Amino acid sequence: MTFFTHFGRYLLMLKGMFTRPENLKMYWKEFMHQCNDIGIGSLGIVSIISVFIGAVSAVQTSYQLVSPLIAPETIAQIVRDTVILEFAPTLVCIVLAGVIGSKIASELGNMRVSEQIDALEIMGINTKAYLILPKITAALLTIPLLVIISMVLGIWGGRLAGAASGILSADTFDRGLLLKFIPYNVTFALIKSYTFAFIISSIPAYYGYYVKGGALEIGRSSTKSVVVSCIMLLFADYVLTQMLLTH
Amino acid sequence: MIEFKNIRKSFDEKVVLDDVSHVMETGKCNLIIGTSGSGKTVLQKCLVGLFEPDSGEILYDGISFTEMDDDGRKALRQQIGMLFQGSALFDSMTVEQNVMFPLDMFAKMNSSEKLKRVNEVLDRVNLEGANKKFPAEISGGMKKRVGIARAIVLNPKYLFCDEPNSGLDPQTSMVIDKLILEITKEFNMTTVINTHDMNSVMEIGENILYMFEGHKEWTGNNEEIIFSKNEKLNQFIFASKFLQDAKDMRMLEAKGIIADDRNMEDMLNNGEEIK
Repeated sequence: MTFFTHFGRYLLMLKGMFTRPENLKMYWKEFMHQCNDIGIGSLGIVSIISVFIGAVSAVQTSYQLVSPLIAPETIAQIVRDTVILEFAPTLVCIVLAGVIGSKIASELGNMRVSEQIDALEIMGINTKAYLILPKITAALLTIPLLVIISMVLGIWGGRLAGAASGILSADTFDRGLLLKFIPYNVTFALIKSYTFAFIISSIPAYYGYYVKGGALEIGRSSTKSVVVSCIMLLFADYVLTQMLLTH
Repeated sequence: MIEFKNIRKSFDEKVVLDDVSHVMETGKCNLIIGTSGSGKTVLQKCLVGLFEPDSGEILYDGISFTEMDDDGRKALRQQIGMLFQGSALFDSMTVEQNVMFPLDMFAKMNSSEKLKRVNEVLDRVNLEGANKKFPAEISGGMKKRVGIARAIVLNPKYLFCDEPNSGLDPQTSMVIDKLILEITKEFNMTTVINTHDMNSVMEIGENILYMFEGHKEWTGNNEEIIFSKNEKLNQFIFASKFLQDAKDMRMLEAKGIIADDRNMEDMLNNGEEIK
């Protein structure tokens, strides 16, 4: 199948999601279920990754900034900006592409192969709207929240590592955090996280929904969906950075 | 009643259904039989709208399904129940939640009314007490019965069953067949069953469509099938020596030479010669 066939079918899948819900209450229930799965379910891994990213970032920055002419507050500034601009939205979303993406693709793939999607269709339910839309909307709601949590924990991790290893005191780190803070960076990170949330939920949904075959194909489509999501995510990262951060 | 006329369906170059027409009658078990790859599953999927036929017309009680818009199909599908080959139960839901799902989605009932209805249909398929079990915790036969319960919970007018006996032992198969037949009569449904289980053909085949390489080869019922002269049908139905013997027995019975199995046993015990 060519790229254009996939892309056309992907667009048709997205278009097919927008119909009047058969029962709004059931759709809401499914949306909340997905919010729990995607948001709460990923909170643990996101927290762990974020703290360590921040910590490593602080230690590595201090390792590279050995000049006595550079104020130690700069380390906090660098940790803050790298975490907000890149590590929290991009790295966390790449991890989430693996965690959430493979889950979405294998869940839908299994439903397709075991005829559960057909069973829903026979009942008169728009399966694209009932199965895919809640996943995408839940990702759009929870992933930016996870990214905000990641920013906070990442910076906290840097502060902790800086103080623990004697690189800079907590007070110096706090002072550095307030130096030349650009609020637009947070807006930029949120724009990225919305875009990435859409990518890492809709692409695996496409691969899972249209899977054909058996268990082997479910595994293959799950892997493929994660790979494609990661590539698209990195591509989108570059395009957004180019568009929104260059003067 | 479901009527389909001149249904044709192909995948790329391969023609899977070629000009198939038939009428599925109300209040009867209508069987689609045929070897693997004969097109019976594709035909059934065309009938329920999971596949679009390339040409031809499908009529549900005189209303064209093929020309219906999405809203019309959605409305009609609420009158269709389907039992899938692998039961297609939702793994993460209990038996009760599986059966309640169509009610949650479409019925305007309160929780206690829904629960009452679920228990009614579970009782009807002899699954009392299995409410809180998950699909992974029940046997294949029970899964089929849950599938039937879910299919009939909204009182459908049309019931489709895709190989309801696959993977079941002969005794459980008989129970499922009997259940489908009883439900069909009780609710006066148009039941369409896709099978290659010969026991089902003989027991519940009130209106049989035999498919061969994508076209209609023979139609009739379980009485007529015994006396059919159609060579392809006979090769398919009476493929084994055992089934051929069973056919001979039925023919002897029909001709009044023997009354039943006991009679033949008596004849053998008395040393009578059976020709």
